[in-house]
Amino acid sequence: METRIKVFKNLYKDSVSLMQISAELLKRPDIDGASVAMATETNLHQLQEAGFELNFDAGPNDLFVAIRGADAEVLDTILNEVEGQLTAAPVDQGDSGTYSQPNTSVEMALDAQPDANLALISVPGQFAAAEAMKSLRLGLNVMLFSDNVSLEQELELKQYAEANDLLVMGPDCGTAIINGTPLGFANVVRPGPIGVIAASGTGLQEVTCRIHQLGSGISQAIGTGGHDLAEQIGGISMLHGMRALAKDPATEIIVLISKPPAPAVAETILNLAREIEKPVIIHFLGAEPESLEGNGVFAAETLAQTAEMAVGALSGSPSRTTEGALDLEAQQRLKQVTGNLASTRKFLRGAFAGGTFCYEAQLLCRAAGLKGYSNTPVAGYLSLDNIWSSRENTLVDLGDDDFTKGRAHPMIDPSLRNERILMEATDTETAVVLFDVVLGYGASEEPIAELVTTIHKAQSENPSAPAFIAHVCGTDSDPQSREATIETLESLGVLVASNNAEATRWATHIVLSRQS
Amino acid sequence: MTRLFDQKISVLNIGLQSFADNIATAGAPVSSIMWQPPAEGQIEAGLVLARLLNDPEVIKANEIAMERYLGVEPVLVDVQTAGDVLPDFRADKRLLHSGPPIAWQDMCGPVKGALMGAAVYEGWAKNVEDASRMLESGEIQFSPCHSYNAVGPMAGIISPSMPVWVVEDANSEARHRTFSNFNEGLGKVLRFGANSTEVLDRLRWIEQELAPTLQKTLQVTGPIELKPIMAQALHMGDEVHNRNAAATGILIKKLAPSILKTDASTDVQERVLSFLASNDHFFLNLSMAACKNMLNAAAGVPNSTMVTVMARNGVNFGIRMSGTGDQWFQAPANPVDGLFFPGYGVEDAAADLGDSAITETAGVGGFAMASSPAIVKFVGGTPQDATNNSRRMQSITLGTNPAFTLPPLNFAPTAAGIDAIKVVDRGVLPIINTGIAHKEAGVGQIGAGITTAPLQCFVEALLTLWAKRKGNS
Repeated sequence: METRIKVFKNLYKDSVSLMQISAELLKRPDIDGASVAMATETNLHQLQEAGFELNFDAGPNDLFVAIRGADAEVLDTILNEVEGQLTAAPVDQGDSGTYSQPNTSVEMALDAQPDANLALISVPGQFAAAEAMKSLRLGLNVMLFSDNVSLEQELELKQYAEANDLLVMGPDCGTAIINGTPLGFANVVRPGPIGVIAASGTGLQEVTCRIHQLGSGISQAIGTGGHDLAEQIGGISMLHGMRALAKDPATEIIVLISKPPAPAVAETILNLAREIEKPVIIHFLGAEPESLEGNGVFAAETLAQTAEMAVGALSGSPSRTTEGALDLEAQQRLKQVTGNLASTRKFLRGAFAGGTFCYEAQLLCRAAGLKGYSNTPVAGYLSLDNIWSSRENTLVDLGDDDFTKGRAHPMIDPSLRNERILMEATDTETAVVLFDVVLGYGASEEPIAELVTTIHKAQSENPSAPAFIAHVCGTDSDPQSREATIETLESLGVLVASNNAEATRWATHIVLSRQS
Repeated sequence: MTRLFDQKISVLNIGLQSFADNIATAGAPVSSIMWQPPAEGQIEAGLVLARLLNDPEVIKANEIAMERYLGVEPVLVDVQTAGDVLPDFRADKRLLHSGPPIAWQDMCGPVKGALMGAAVYEGWAKNVEDASRMLESGEIQFSPCHSYNAVGPMAGIISPSMPVWVVEDANSEARHRTFSNFNEGLGKVLRFGANSTEVLDRLRWIEQELAPTLQKTLQVTGPIELKPIMAQALHMGDEVHNRNAAATGILIKKLAPSILKTDASTDVQERVLSFLASNDHFFLNLSMAACKNMLNAAAGVPNSTMVTVMARNGVNFGIRMSGTGDQWFQAPANPVDGLFFPGYGVEDAAADLGDSAITETAGVGGFAMASSPAIVKFVGGTPQDATNNSRRMQSITLGTNPAFTLPPLNFAPTAAGIDAIKVVDRGVLPIINTGIAHKEAGVGQIGAGITTAPLQCFVEALLTLWAKRKGNS
């Protein structure tokens, strides 16, 4: 082991600078021991303790460099380097960088963007209620995309919001359009006179898109989250939204969409709807329209019809058209597509990305007399024992929690849904594969790129492939082109309906004709 | 709600970045939060935090606490014997130590060594072995300095015979008092756990010669205002925690002429002046007593989340919060990021120690690091890092202290009044400049650096405040 000691007479450096140099030296693998310090009595004593010999003459005003290592040549080089460091003039780096601190909390972000008026929260569910409460307490309206928030927490949030004249959309609110800005999964919909409030995400998308397709537009589209109309919550968000839309001068027609609410909640909502002077179109999925109508309240039977009635209401009284038998042209097209089907192909298989589409399809099938199975069955439908395999008529919601554990929702990543479509098409009992394609912000940028291959594969591997029936939920202004999507699907022989209800009716028509 | 429809929408996005991108594409103003689970993922604590945020009662309480803190005018008025001025202190054999309360068997080496030394110094024990037995058996008791409105750096030992600085609030009618012990200098000293004859002899000299001389000196000078000295020192490269060279110089300037006017012999005067001149940290204990005085005024405001004490006992870090009174909230001290003197390393270091974090609690020390760029070099930083540290602290304080300004920040006031809610909500920890003690008694200081206050203290404080509120309602 070699040592090198060098003394710099009358060279003063502050102890911190010297400790830094020592620390740098000690980090080097070729250095075994090092000390750079003023030669005070204490420091010399410490040097001796560290195993260096005090065979040099230095006083408190002198600076010493002591290094130890295996290689003498290396030590000499290092000693030169250290001398350079000690005698170099300091370089002023200046105050060049501007200081910025990342915003790690809602309050900090609000300080930086003081005109913010809405917090969009999509953190994991167990943390979401706290972020929502903070946002509300800071005076922000809240859209809570996150799910797995307890009903107690939802109630606390909504009561606080109500007392402070703020809106809470969610928890589990996937979509909204506020002041023309799409939030979460939302479509680019024309501004217009219709205000929509929905407890169902894809329900809201379907109705707003259909309104756009019919040439009208949206003033506001408010999501409430799926639990808002539960007994415990009492529809706080929907009622809040209704009062706001009633006052909103841009809103002429109000549309409400939900699965049937708890009876007491339904009563409260209906009472308010009747009080509001603007026409209110209600669609409680599966509820008898007649039970809801009167005093300026109109009820629709399907999502598509809801949109049609809302647009109709703009030019007079909204009338509910009875959905009768398919027109001849449609019947002929269906016949054409199914003409070559093997006789074993008798059943309907639905593979949905949108939960409300699966629900509505079941309701329409049930009304048409088709029994069946689902992972999310409506009353009268049976629960699938094994969600990964279908039997007879089966309609599955692939966006349900059981399918999305550990993976993205099929609207974002359609691969699981595409596998299901292939599985159903390959099953020799399948007559029709029914599905949805959802466009808009948040949805997959290329929603059918993989699906094209899937359908192509199914058709080429099965000489008698089933009919494919779809509807595309979106608008021509969405980031993905609705027109191009439909065109591509139709080029594969997929029958594309204008809405989910129509698609389902086509499917039931085929299946009923093959089972009779 | 109706207001929302009348406004241009402006969004804060908390969670999926793609949602923010979509909103930006759609043309609305949106900013994303660098979100981390608050309180390091403790869900219940996160909810309590949310319920306390922007609470009108908390805001009002914090305004009161802050105003009281800012209103204090700490003045050095006297030197007294601890046993005479600390209430009920002489009643039994009791010693004071730094930080939150701790049991004998849990203490770190330096605090044990210092307590044993003090027991011998007081004449209660014949030797350190005897002292150890008496401390272990409870024959000699010990308490935190903070329980007696006192503070001490490192081990922070105060025994009844020791002299203490007496600092008063000149702005309060009651002239509220706080105390600190005397700084012994560097090397083998009691506050690092050394307890040899040399150490105890020095303590006796401080008691018998230094303290009486300074007592007489203060009678000549009259009360000395401490805030202006601290403020001036901040403009001279000190942050009055880990660097006190300028403040000590200013103090000596104020004392020296009056020392010469006392009836002490020339020999004594010479020894006193040499002692002051040899110790760049002499002012530290006064800085601490002044900070303690300012913060005591802010203590005990119901519902206030302002932190009034941060202190370490060499094992745990403890805080007190205004709205929860004298209750301590403790967590293991965070490691120190620092530089070591030659021959020492991280394995030799005791955990963070001393009451001196009272300076950061009062908005100086690490919070004023911008004024003392030399300090940041302990962690290999630049002057820019020092100013950024000071700026970052502004995000966790209730306000600033106009008495203390920082030249590198264009003379902006220091961040002051740590808000436990902001600490937990923003995940920004109070920064502390600190010396590093050797883990064995008596070796002394082996380095210096920067550390942070552990988050869990602040979390516990908020949970307790919330439980208290629930209990009251």
